[in-house]
Amino acid sequence: MAIRSFFVPFLLLVLWFYSSLSPVLSLYEDQVGLMDWHQQYIGKVKQAVFSTQKTGRRRVIVSTEENVIASLDLRHGEIFWRHLLGSNDVIDGIDIGLGKYVITLSSGGSILRSWNLPDGQMVWESFLQGPKHSKSLLLLPKHEIDCINVVQTNLKIEKDNVIVVFSNDRLHAVSCIDGEVLWKKDFETESFETQQVIQPPGSDLIYVVGFAASSQFEMYQINARNGELLKHESAIFSSGFLRELSLVSSETVVALDSTGSILLTISFQNGEISFQQTPISNIVEDSSGPAVIIPSSVPGIFAIKINSVTIFIRVIGKGKLEVVEKLNQETAVSNALPISESQQAFALVQHAGSEIHLVAKLAHDWDANLLKESIKMDQQRGIPHKVFINNYIRTDRSHGFRLLIVMEDHSLLLLQQGAIVWSREDGLASIIDVTASELPVERDGVSVAKVEHNLFEWLKGHMLKLKGTLMLASPEDVAAIQSMRLKSSEKSKMARDHNGFRKLLIVLTRAGKLFALHTGDGHIVWSHLLHKSEACQSPVGLNLYQWQVPHHHALDENPSVLVISRCGPSSDAPGVLSFVDTYTGKELNSLSLDHAVVQVIPLPHTDSTEQRLHLLIDSDKHAHLYPKTSEALGIFKREFSNIYWYSVEDHNSIIKGHALKCKCTGEVADEFCFDARDLWSVVFPSESEKITATVTRKLNEMVHTQAKVMADQDVMYKYISRNLLFVATVAPKGSGEIGSVTPEESWLVAYLIDIVTGRILYRVTHHGAQGPVHAVFSENWVVYHFFNLRAHRYEMSVIEIYDQSRADNKDVWKLVLGKHNLTSRISLFSRPEVITKSQSYFFTHSVKAIAVTSTAKGITSKQLLIGTIGDQVLALDKRFLDPRRSVNPTQAEKEEGIIPLTDSLPIIPQSYVTHALRVEGLRGIITVPAKLESTTLVFAHGVDLFFTQLAPSRTYDSLTEDFSYALLLITIVALVAAIFVTWRLSERKELQDKWR
Amino acid sequence: MEKGKGVMGSGRRWAVDFSDNSTAPFSRDIPNPLGFTRASVDQDDSTVSRQKKDAESNWKAQKAWEVAQAPFKNLLMMGFMMWMAGNTVHLFSIGITFSALWQPISALQGVGKVFEPYKDSKVELLGPKLLFIALYLGGLALGVWKLNTLGLLPTHASDWVSSLPPAQEVEYSGGGIPL
Repeated sequence: MAIRSFFVPFLLLVLWFYSSLSPVLSLYEDQVGLMDWHQQYIGKVKQAVFSTQKTGRRRVIVSTEENVIASLDLRHGEIFWRHLLGSNDVIDGIDIGLGKYVITLSSGGSILRSWNLPDGQMVWESFLQGPKHSKSLLLLPKHEIDCINVVQTNLKIEKDNVIVVFSNDRLHAVSCIDGEVLWKKDFETESFETQQVIQPPGSDLIYVVGFAASSQFEMYQINARNGELLKHESAIFSSGFLRELSLVSSETVVALDSTGSILLTISFQNGEISFQQTPISNIVEDSSGPAVIIPSSVPGIFAIKINSVTIFIRVIGKGKLEVVEKLNQETAVSNALPISESQQAFALVQHAGSEIHLVAKLAHDWDANLLKESIKMDQQRGIPHKVFINNYIRTDRSHGFRLLIVMEDHSLLLLQQGAIVWSREDGLASIIDVTASELPVERDGVSVAKVEHNLFEWLKGHMLKLKGTLMLASPEDVAAIQSMRLKSSEKSKMARDHNGFRKLLIVLTRAGKLFALHTGDGHIVWSHLLHKSEACQSPVGLNLYQWQVPHHHALDENPSVLVISRCGPSSDAPGVLSFVDTYTGKELNSLSLDHAVVQVIPLPHTDSTEQRLHLLIDSDKHAHLYPKTSEALGIFKREFSNIYWYSVEDHNSIIKGHALKCKCTGEVADEFCFDARDLWSVVFPSESEKITATVTRKLNEMVHTQAKVMADQDVMYKYISRNLLFVATVAPKGSGEIGSVTPEESWLVAYLIDIVTGRILYRVTHHGAQGPVHAVFSENWVVYHFFNLRAHRYEMSVIEIYDQSRADNKDVWKLVLGKHNLTSRISLFSRPEVITKSQSYFFTHSVKAIAVTSTAKGITSKQLLIGTIGDQVLALDKRFLDPRRSVNPTQAEKEEGIIPLTDSLPIIPQSYVTHALRVEGLRGIITVPAKLESTTLVFAHGVDLFFTQLAPSRTYDSLTEDFSYALLLITIVALVAAIFVTWRLSERKELQDKWR
Repeated sequence: MEKGKGVMGSGRRWAVDFSDNSTAPFSRDIPNPLGFTRASVDQDDSTVSRQKKDAESNWKAQKAWEVAQAPFKNLLMMGFMMWMAGNTVHLFSIGITFSALWQPISALQGVGKVFEPYKDSKVELLGPKLLFIALYLGGLALGVWKLNTLGLLPTHASDWVSSLPPAQEVEYSGGGIPL
C-alpha cells in the first residue's frame, strides 16, 4: 500500500479509497443549480433595431461590442436567442429585412448574413469580396470599418427586396430573399473614401458620397436597378475636411473643415455639388475650440459638440444654419423614427445629477415636445451613451414612446411611461479582472436568517422532505422539493459560513465599474462606477488587487481592494488608484498619481492594519511604494535588499531583471520612490524566437508539502519557488495562424527562468510546434498547450521540477530529531541543482484558458480546468499529466495511483464542470479556495458568467448532501433502544440470581 | 451471605464446645496416656503436610509453566490470522494488527496477576514469567512486523518529510509584461 505515513489521518485513507474507486467527478440531474449559477449577458449594445410591427412577441434586435447579435424580449428584457460571432468577425451593421429577417454585415463588410427573426436560425450567408485591383490599393485605408455602410432600401427590383452594401471598395446589391448578389459596382477614383451611401426615398437613385485625397468631395449617382453609374461629380475644397459627415436630407450633407471651425453645407441636388461655408463663430457666440460632428440621422437637424457643449443646428433652406438649442449636459441623440408619412421623431437623453431627462421631439418642430420626462437614475450607471427610440400606439390612438438606453457602465435599460421597465447589467459581459473577498462575520442583527413564514408552511416543507426521503413523493412533490432546495435562503445570506462557500466576487468590467457578486446565487450585492475626477476625465480600469485582507489583529476593519486605472489609453498616462471597501462598495480613497503605472508588484509583506505593501513601477523604471506610511517604509527598508523585479519586453524578446538601488534622484525629494538598476537580462534571438506566453505561480497559492513520496518509499523534493517564470517562445514565422507555416520552420521553446538571478533552469525545444500557447504554473509543475504541426493535433506538455540538492536528506534519525535544514530559509543565489521530468500528450480540444484548482491548505489533489473551444470548462485530473506515467507501470506504481500511459488525454463527458451549459465567449477561469479543504470555488467568465464548487478529491471532509441522515438517526434510535432493553433484561436476570 | 447469624448472636442459652483441645497448651495439665508421645505424632503430622506442600508447589510450578506457555498457541493463531489478512490496509487487517498489538501489551501489564495464584515461597516463578513475557514480546514483535508490512510504521525518510512545509525564500521578485 502506498500510504507509508503513520501520521496520515484515517480520513485521508478513506478519501484515497473513494477517489481511486471513481476518478470521475460528476453530479446528478437534481443537483444542477444547487451550487452553481449561470448568467447570460450580451455586452454593450452598439446598435438596436425594434421589431414591433406585428402582433405577438415584441422584440428588439441588438448588436453589441462583444460581437453578439441577440433578440431581446421588449417586456422583460430576456434573451430570446443570441449568437456570438467570432472575435475576428466584428459586426458592422444590423437591420431587419422584410419584417422577418435580421440582416447582419460583419468581418469588415465581407460577410452578409440573414437570420430568421423568430428563432434566430441562419437563412443565408454571402461573402462580398472586394475588387481584385483594389488589392493593389492596399496602402489606402479603405478596409477600415468606418467606410462601410449598410443601407436597407425598399427598392423593388423584379419584385425583390434589395440590400445595398458598400464594402471592400465596392457597392453591392444583394437580394434579401436568398443573399444573391444582384449587381456590384466598383469605383475607380484613387483613394476614394466613402462616407455615406444615400438612397432618397421614392427614387431609383443611390448616392455614394465621400472624400478623395483630403480636400476633394466626391459624389456618385448610381441607378439602383442595375448599378449603372449615372453621374460622377467631384469638387475641391481647399482647406480640407474632417472625416465626418452628417446627413441632413437626402441631398444635403454637413461637414467640418480640417480645423473644425467652419461648417460646410454640401448639397448635391441634381448632381450639382455646391458648398456653403458658415464659420461656427457666426452662429454660436462663445464657441472656442474645435467642433466635432455627432453622428445623427435626424432630417434637417445636425448636432455638433464643442468642448462638452452639444449644439443642435437646423438647416433652413439653402445652406442657412440656425442654432436651435445648446445643451450643457451630457446628451445622447437617438435615431430618427418615422411616425407618419411626413413626420419623423427622435429622442434626446440628458444626464443631470441623479436624474436623466428624456425628450422626444418631431424633427421639423423643435419647440413642441412629444414627450418630456425625468427619471431617477442610479448614479453608479454614469451618463447615457446611446439611445434608441421606438413608438407604440396607445388606446387613444396617440403615439407613445419607449426608449432603449445604453449607459456608461454598459447597462441596457428600457424606459416607458416615465419608469424603468427593465434593466440589464450587460457590463458584466466584459470582465477584466476578478478577485474574491470574504463576507462579514455573522453577528446579531447584521444578518437575519429568514424565519419560515408560518408554522403551516414549515410543516408542509418538512412533510415534503420526509416524503422525498421515504420515496413516496409524486412528480409534483419532487418538483416542489427541488425548487425549495434551489431557493434556500441559506445560500444567499450576507454573512460568512462555516465552510467558506459564501464569498463576494469583486469584478472589474471594461466600463470601469466594480461589481460585487454573491457566490451563493450570483446576485449583485453592490456596484461602483470609478469616479471621474478633475485630474482624470476617463479612467480606464486595468487591474484589481487585494489591498487589505484583515484576519488576525485587524478584524474590525473592512477588507478593501485596490483598483489600478489609467488616465487615458496610452501606456505612459498617469495612473489612478482607488481603494474600495468590499463590504459596502464605498470608495474609501482615490489617488491621482503623477506617474504612470506600468507594473504592479504586490509584496509579501503587510503592515499592522494588514494593508499589503505594493510596489508600482512607472514608465521610467522608478519603483513607488504604497501605502505611503512610515510604517510601510520601515517594513520595506528591512527587506529592501531582497526585493527584485523583472520586466518582459515581448516586442523585442528580452526579459530583464532589476534590483532596487537608492532613493529617486528627482527634483522633488520623495522617500517612497526608488531607483532601479538592471541586474540581468535574457535576450532571445529575435530572428528565431518570439515570446508568446509567460506564466508564474499564483501569489496566494498554498503548498502543503515539499516532498513527493514515491511508490518505493523514496522521496523526491519538489523545487517550489515563487520566483520561477515559465516562458514560451515560438519562431517568428510561426506566430501566425495554425497552418501558415511548415513544420520545419516552426518550433516552440519552453524555458524555466529564475526571476531573481536570471538563471535558466530548464529549456526544451518542441520542433514542429506552433502557438498559441496556454500555460498554467502551480507548485512545482507547468502544463502548457500548443499545436503539433507534424501530428496535426493539439498537445499538452507537463514539466515537473525537483530539487536534487535536498535529495540526500534520507537519514531517518536526523529527520526524527529535526536536525535538518529542509525548512530553513534559502537564498536563490545558492546554486540550485534541479532535475526535471516532462511528458507530452495529445489533446483533442483547442483551448481558450487553463486554470488549476486551489484549496485552502493545498492538500487536496489538483485538477486542471480547461476552457475548451466549445465554451465549456473541463476538469482534468493532474494525475493524467504526470511525467512518471509509463506504458506498463509496476504494481507499486499502480498502487501509488499512476495511470498507464496513453498517447492522448481522455475527455470524460461527466467531467465537464459546466455540465450542459456554455459560457459564451469564455475568457478566464478563476479558482478561489473555500475554507473547507476539499472544496474550491470556480468562476468562469466571458460574455456569460458561471460559478460552481468543485471537490477534486470528493468532499472527504464533510458529509455529502445525499448522506442518509434518516438511516443514521434510525440506527442511533435502535441502538439506544437495544441498550435500554438489554439493561432491563440483565437487571431482571441478576435479581433472579439473587433469589435462587 | 451468612444465614442465621443473627440467631446465634443474641441470647445464647447453652453451647457445646466440640473443638479439639488435644493440641492446645491448656490441655497439658492432663497427662498423656501411657505410650503416647506427643512429639512423634507431631513429627508424623509435619512430614505428611510437607509432602502435601511439596506436591502442591510442584503442581503450582507445573501450572505456572503451563500458563507461561499458553501464549504460544495464541501466537500461532495470531500469525495465521495475519497471514490471512493480507498486506493491504483495510478494516480487517487493521483490526487484527491492532488486536495483535493490544493483546500482548495488556497481558504484559497483568503479568503479576496471572501468576498470583501460583505464588509460593518454594516455587520459582521467574522462569515461567520470563517465558511468558518473551512469548508476548514475540507476539508484540509480530504485531509490529505486521504494522510494518502494512506500511504504517514511520521507518522511512518519507514518513518524516511528507508534511514538511516548503522552505521560505529570502529573495522576492515580481513583475511581468507591462500592463
